[in-house]
Amino acid sequence: MANYSTNDFRSGLKVMLDGDPCSIIDNELVKPGKGQAFSRCKLRNLKTGRVWDRTFKSGESLEGADVMEYEMEYLYTDGEFWHFMMTDGSFEQHAADENAVADALKWLKEQDVYTVTLYNGAPLSVAAANFVDLEVVETDPGLKGDTAQGGTKPATLTTGAVVSVPLFVNIGEVLRIDTRTGDYVSRAK
Amino acid sequence: MGSAPIEEGVMKIWRPSASLDAIKARAECYAQIRAFFMSRQVMEVDTPVLGSSTATDPHLVSLKLSAELAPGLPRGYLQTSPEFPMKRLLAAGSGDIFQICKTFREGEVSSRHNPEFTMLEWYRVGMTLEGLMTEVVALVCEVLGEVLACEKISYRDAFERAMGIDPFTVTKAELADLSRKLCHYDGPELSRDDYLALLLADQIEPNLGRGGIGVLHSYPASQASLAQTEVDEYGQRVAQRFELYLNGLEIANAYHELQDANEQRLRFEEDNAQRIALGLPEIPIDERLLSALQHGMPDCSGVALGLDRLLMVKLGASTIDEVLAFPVSLS
Repeated sequence: MANYSTNDFRSGLKVMLDGDPCSIIDNELVKPGKGQAFSRCKLRNLKTGRVWDRTFKSGESLEGADVMEYEMEYLYTDGEFWHFMMTDGSFEQHAADENAVADALKWLKEQDVYTVTLYNGAPLSVAAANFVDLEVVETDPGLKGDTAQGGTKPATLTTGAVVSVPLFVNIGEVLRIDTRTGDYVSRAK
Repeated sequence: MGSAPIEEGVMKIWRPSASLDAIKARAECYAQIRAFFMSRQVMEVDTPVLGSSTATDPHLVSLKLSAELAPGLPRGYLQTSPEFPMKRLLAAGSGDIFQICKTFREGEVSSRHNPEFTMLEWYRVGMTLEGLMTEVVALVCEVLGEVLACEKISYRDAFERAMGIDPFTVTKAELADLSRKLCHYDGPELSRDDYLALLLADQIEPNLGRGGIGVLHSYPASQASLAQTEVDEYGQRVAQRFELYLNGLEIANAYHELQDANEQRLRFEEDNAQRIALGLPEIPIDERLLSALQHGMPDCSGVALGLDRLLMVKLGASTIDEVLAFPVSLS
């Protein structure tokens, strides 16, 4: 991979830092009128999701990280790996391990499309869309007319995820869920 | 569907990034400055933006022409400040002078930097640095249209207050440690002055001039640049230099100007030695400036002020592009 100097730093650039692939979130030039210039950076470690603050001397360089994001359809799991297929017509398949799917695991539905980040050609992480529509497979019977109290109850979805839903929701209904918070949004149309 | 995005793209490439209000505010600001100096009998001058030499400071990158100015003439540099020619005017007996001009610094692009920017620089003959400080504050208040409180703090006290260290006696190991802990710096070893620059930029500057004007003075002699030095009450050699900040934004840099030609030559040579050590190009020493100093430049204080940044403060802009008609991305 190419090396990137601080002059090339911009948000979205993928670089290696302390052996891990990172994405630059923010880069600010710190340059006094007299004196050495620095780059004050925020980077997201793509393995852990952690955000790192790091300051570099101007002209320092980092190795680029071989990281690419692709849209892929989720096919199935064999218990050890979760298999995805490119949606670009190549039918190329990639197997993600438990670490890579961890964040998306409870939202994974066969035939839905996810963003898969490949690092050196292997899945590093899988991200669900911000909103997914999933069917309720188990919940207490719906209570009509209780909406005003705004009470909630747990509901289990097809993927196994358990979310808090309003009391009027019934088994078999399809709900829109915000995957970033795990919150119920609405009934899906 | 087809034409709308193209239309938008075309609008973006020709339109100024500053609002018409900001463009008017700049015109008013220039008029205020000219009136300010006229009332104080300071003469406006004009010196070249292209020079055969340039600043030697290893941290400044001057843009160098790719061709000779004319056959037989050197390849010139776009000036990082009008300091050298203005000092030659002072030596020629100009008396008090000011200039509003374009200056250039390669690679400086950020929300607070544009590689081409506008500088207000002026020199006051026989004026102490203290006197100049009062004048800079008066000009800033005049342009901003309000009377602001000014807090002055020495370089030593600023480090003491922010980090509990004396910047003159602290060890380099301690500076490296603080840079790692406070500024998340884990790069190659820096010089003492570079560690201090990092800690200053990161830990001190954002708090200078909060809600008013902040003045930082008495820098270490190693950061004197073109200022005279003196021994302070702690027995340390300090530069007769100050910087002015508004809400954490560096606005101006001032010196009690160095008059000694031999000392000036030494500093140029030291800068060039540092440049060679850093693998940077050597800068030809400005012999014309040195002969002017040899002839005799009157005792004076001088200051360079970033006009674009002053306008940013006046207009409450968060990026320099909001006050530039055509920043580098649109030039």
